[in-house]
Amino acid sequence: MAQTTASTQEKPARRDPAQLAKLFLRYAVLILLTVVFIAPLLWMLSTSLKPLPQTTQFPPSWIPQEFSVQGYSTILTTSSQTPVPRWFVNSLVAATAHAALVLVTASMAAYALARMNFRGKNILFAGIIATLFVPQFVFLMPNYLIVDYFGWLDTLLAVIVPGAAGAFGVFFLRQFFLSLPKELEEAALIDGANRYQIFFRIILPLSRAPLATLAVLSFLVNWNDFLWPVYVLFSPQNLTLPPGLSILNESYNVKYNVIMAGGVIASIPVLLLYLFAQRYIIEGVSRSGLKG
Amino acid sequence: MSTQGIEQPHVQQPPGRKPPGSRRKPTDASPLTPYIFMAPYLVLFLIFIVIPGVFGIWISLHNWDYLLPGKPWVGLENYTNLFSSNSTTGGPFWNSMEATGKFTLYSVPLLVVIPLLVALILNQKIRGIQFFRAMYFAPYVLGVAVIGILWRYLLDPNIGLVNYYLGAEIPWITALPWAWVSLVGVTVWWTLGFNTVIYLAGLQDIDPALYDAAKVDGANSWQQFLNVTLPGLRPILLFVVTVTILASANVFGQPYIITQGAPGDETTVAIMYIAETGLRQFNMGAASAMSYVLALALILVSIVNFVVFRNRGD
Repeated sequence: MAQTTASTQEKPARRDPAQLAKLFLRYAVLILLTVVFIAPLLWMLSTSLKPLPQTTQFPPSWIPQEFSVQGYSTILTTSSQTPVPRWFVNSLVAATAHAALVLVTASMAAYALARMNFRGKNILFAGIIATLFVPQFVFLMPNYLIVDYFGWLDTLLAVIVPGAAGAFGVFFLRQFFLSLPKELEEAALIDGANRYQIFFRIILPLSRAPLATLAVLSFLVNWNDFLWPVYVLFSPQNLTLPPGLSILNESYNVKYNVIMAGGVIASIPVLLLYLFAQRYIIEGVSRSGLKG
Repeated sequence: MSTQGIEQPHVQQPPGRKPPGSRRKPTDASPLTPYIFMAPYLVLFLIFIVIPGVFGIWISLHNWDYLLPGKPWVGLENYTNLFSSNSTTGGPFWNSMEATGKFTLYSVPLLVVIPLLVALILNQKIRGIQFFRAMYFAPYVLGVAVIGILWRYLLDPNIGLVNYYLGAEIPWITALPWAWVSLVGVTVWWTLGFNTVIYLAGLQDIDPALYDAAKVDGANSWQQFLNVTLPGLRPILLFVVTVTILASANVFGQPYIITQGAPGDETTVAIMYIAETGLRQFNMGAASAMSYVLALALILVSIVNFVVFRNRGD
């Protein structure tokens, strides 16, 4: 993956007209594609800042002729059926707690699987990996009943905990731990360190990058999760943003400045995360592909 | 990214070498230690994956209505009902399976080919390429709920931008084939970045010397693509095809929000029907049986896909 950085350092080639035309054409294609992917998102932002009559006005104006926070104020002055600020907090709490739970449980299990010998280890690892290939929807009915048994229906625990049983984090971190040199741990053992000290003082500090990747990916997946929360959360004040947006969409029907304001609010945290942790997200995704 | 960038920690030198006999192997003082490390994850794994995996089959063998106290054993009836013509669940279920099949059939080829083209465009040595890669991937970090409400607005036949710029009055959401065009188009726009990033990593793993050798042999760009790029991407292609088929067969949010299954129940996909049957009407036995039938269909497709790729490799 280091090649991409090397590529930008190419010597400036001699610029004869044919080459310039070629370069221009390349950039034209790249920019056109950028417009295709970004324009709809800008339209969402633009609409959210318009007064209602302008949202259905033709020709459309990409920059609001008159700015209005009507969409946002409608959402923020909490109505009991669509408490968007409450959903935002719920989503934030759920995604953060979920990511933390994944980090703790997956890193400990991955370390044991990568570095310790114990009875049943191989069959256990094979069993965990095998579940990566089981489609999630077969767990829908039984997990609904299990979550109900714990009394977690219509609570955030229902969207925080069950997803953390997924095998991806264990698999992902185990691969990384296996790549660490064993000598560090052996040296620490000679010093009389035990497994817990080695794990917390040597392994985890060495694993900041993969841990950050896993945390960011887990947060994103949980923040965006739709199917499961649609069915396990029901009370308006207990929803997360994705099922909430679906209800907002229905209750505000054609008030698109309000609906788009909801979309913007749901997008800001993940787009900020993407802005600052882009490397982790893209590398995490491309690595999951290579290792798959 | 790999481990190279990470600093080595400050490991203290042993103060005085101990005699070799006392050198402990990195095995564990207590035989319990590995199990203590495994325990938190294993608890989750047992409760939310192993137990439901078995429990789901148990549910599917009962007339399991969540709201009723009695859950009578019905054997394989929930399965046989799906295949008998005079049951109430069989017809709509196979309609929904057909909808999922259509969505998969339409979207997978596009999601295999278009991201490859975009990855080839991105795999050039010009300034700012990282920026463009980041832009193309951006929609993917947004959830299906945001994507759904945004495109419902954009595709609105009267006030949507799509019809405005096309100068058309196409019923994107309410009529066929437009509903499929919309769902597939939105999905390609949304998830293209994922496959593109995977292709890009694969392209950058191809040894540049192979291209140089091909150039020496007089191969043009197209021949280089056929003889160097495609063979070099084979494992990536298998991965992309497999993951895309699985993701497409799991489609739920786009039709749930954008078309709401319409027109009629044409875009009511399998997971929508299963979830509604089991978690709205609480006919959980039948819904469980359906989810295993869908899973079996997916496994069969995956096997066929795998065999096809392996045979081409020989």
